[in-house]
Amino acid sequence: MAATLQTTDVKIASTTQPRGWIPTHLGRWLSMAFMIIIAILTLMPFLWVVSTSLRTPAQSFTLPPKWIPVDMEWSNYAQVFDEIPFWRQIGNSFLITLSVVAGQLITASLAGYAFARLRFPGRNILFWIVLATLMIPGQATIIPVFILISRILGLYDQLGALIVPGLATAFGTFLLRQYFMAIPDDFEEAAMIDGANQWQIFRLIYLPLASPGLAILAVLTFNGKWNDYFSPLIFMNTKELFPITLGIVDLQGYMGTGSISVVLAGIVLSTIPVIIIYILGQKYLVEGLMAGGVKG
Amino acid sequence: MLLGYLFILPTMIGLLTFIVGPMIGSLGLSFYKWNVFRPAEFIGLENFQRLAGDARVFLSFKNTFILVIMTVTLLEALALALALSVYRLANRALSTFFRTAYFLPVLLSGAAVAVTLGYLFHQDFGVINYYLGYLGIQKIPWLTSSDTVLIAISLTTVWRNLGFTFIIYLGGLSTMPGEVLEAAEVDGATGWRRLRSVILPLLSPTILFASVTDIIKMLQFFDEPFIMTRGGPGDASRTVVMMMYESGFGNREFGYGSAIALALFAVIMIVTGIQFYLSRRWVFYG
Repeated sequence: MAATLQTTDVKIASTTQPRGWIPTHLGRWLSMAFMIIIAILTLMPFLWVVSTSLRTPAQSFTLPPKWIPVDMEWSNYAQVFDEIPFWRQIGNSFLITLSVVAGQLITASLAGYAFARLRFPGRNILFWIVLATLMIPGQATIIPVFILISRILGLYDQLGALIVPGLATAFGTFLLRQYFMAIPDDFEEAAMIDGANQWQIFRLIYLPLASPGLAILAVLTFNGKWNDYFSPLIFMNTKELFPITLGIVDLQGYMGTGSISVVLAGIVLSTIPVIIIYILGQKYLVEGLMAGGVKG
Repeated sequence: MLLGYLFILPTMIGLLTFIVGPMIGSLGLSFYKWNVFRPAEFIGLENFQRLAGDARVFLSFKNTFILVIMTVTLLEALALALALSVYRLANRALSTFFRTAYFLPVLLSGAAVAVTLGYLFHQDFGVINYYLGYLGIQKIPWLTSSDTVLIAISLTTVWRNLGFTFIIYLGGLSTMPGEVLEAAEVDGATGWRRLRSVILPLLSPTILFASVTDIIKMLQFFDEPFIMTRGGPGDASRTVVMMMYESGFGNREFGYGSAIALALFAVIMIVTGIQFYLSRRWVFYG
């Protein structure tokens, strides 16, 4: 929606007169140069990571940097699997991330629907509590959560320690509530007349209509959880149970003695799943973020 | 009616157990002296007195503030300028290319970015110093000098987060009412004046949203300095969350760690409160 709006805007303006904040052609060239420079600065490290990950260790620090990967030293990638239990760690990352994503989709869609469309005493106060928890930073509670996880739930150094605390989400509940609020009541009335019960109305009518919201929540949660470094650092101790973020820093070795080509090969491998998820969810993600900025 | 409670039950249990409860726990813990070796002992406000006189904690707050100011200023300025530039691009393919390029670093973990840019900032072998050499600039000890370490970490963070802030500004721009812009054009407002008197006021709610969320995020700086420098050289890049991590999990001083966490929480609330207070003077709700 946002994207279409934007392109029509551009068309209208460009037919009338140059749509510059700076009136001259110089301004246009300056802004083009600015965009290109930032794009180069953004993309160069990616190119450097890929090309260096394919060099022999002896060559990896060569200056001037070779931007084209000529050596094609695939053994760096093989060595990633020797240095760390890569498949185990990537599997852990998937297990943790997908469990949290699935859990959040279930809990947040139920709660978001209830706060948006069901009536019950205390609804507003309870929703206000949910919103208040959004303001509490994770760091402020990490020590009691650690005590809870390790001493009471007995989950220290188990994958559950990274899954269970993430199953409920204030952000997701808020996000999905907004989606459910935006759907007109007519659907519910029509379904009632057809004899559908409350659960069927939720499951078969409203949930599918909120799927863009579910997609945004899924992609953002996947990205956040997959890339999380702080909680595994605190809750995990056994290498075989690490998610891949800890594995990557491990590859670097203590005091940075690992071969940098191998480290970078590990970074490339660990990033592939996020890129795939991004490509799948890109449409929803970018539009959702853009809309979020407006409603602020 | 019962269904409503049933639907919110899992979320409420989760939030109460892992956020509300621990928040109260944090408050309680901060009045105790407790480590793994000895039973908890109530010491009143002693943790907070110690906090107030702790030079390392003070330094970590100072470092964090410097990082936040540098990072957020650069982030908002660059993201806004980029969004204005990309927004007025008529070429759709080019605009998609730039949007995708700028967003790519957002997909990486802080850990991966810290490791990668740590290499690029290396004094002797780093690509950055190599190209700066062309401009006649001597090799800069980015991560090993207390004068430059915060700049390097700040630039690293800007690199990773620019795309996210940029997309939010672009969203704000693309839902701006077209009629207002045209009216301004008819009235003869061009260029700089149009930006200052029409576009920026219309965009001000988005600017507030982006800067508030970015500042909250950056006050909790951890991954990048922890991986790139371990807080060094000396304590030159130690942040508040790193101090909390060390006290709470390194030394297992749960009470003192909680006190640091609460101090950070208070700072976040105060800074956000000030921002909203000041925003009444410059944010324009149409």
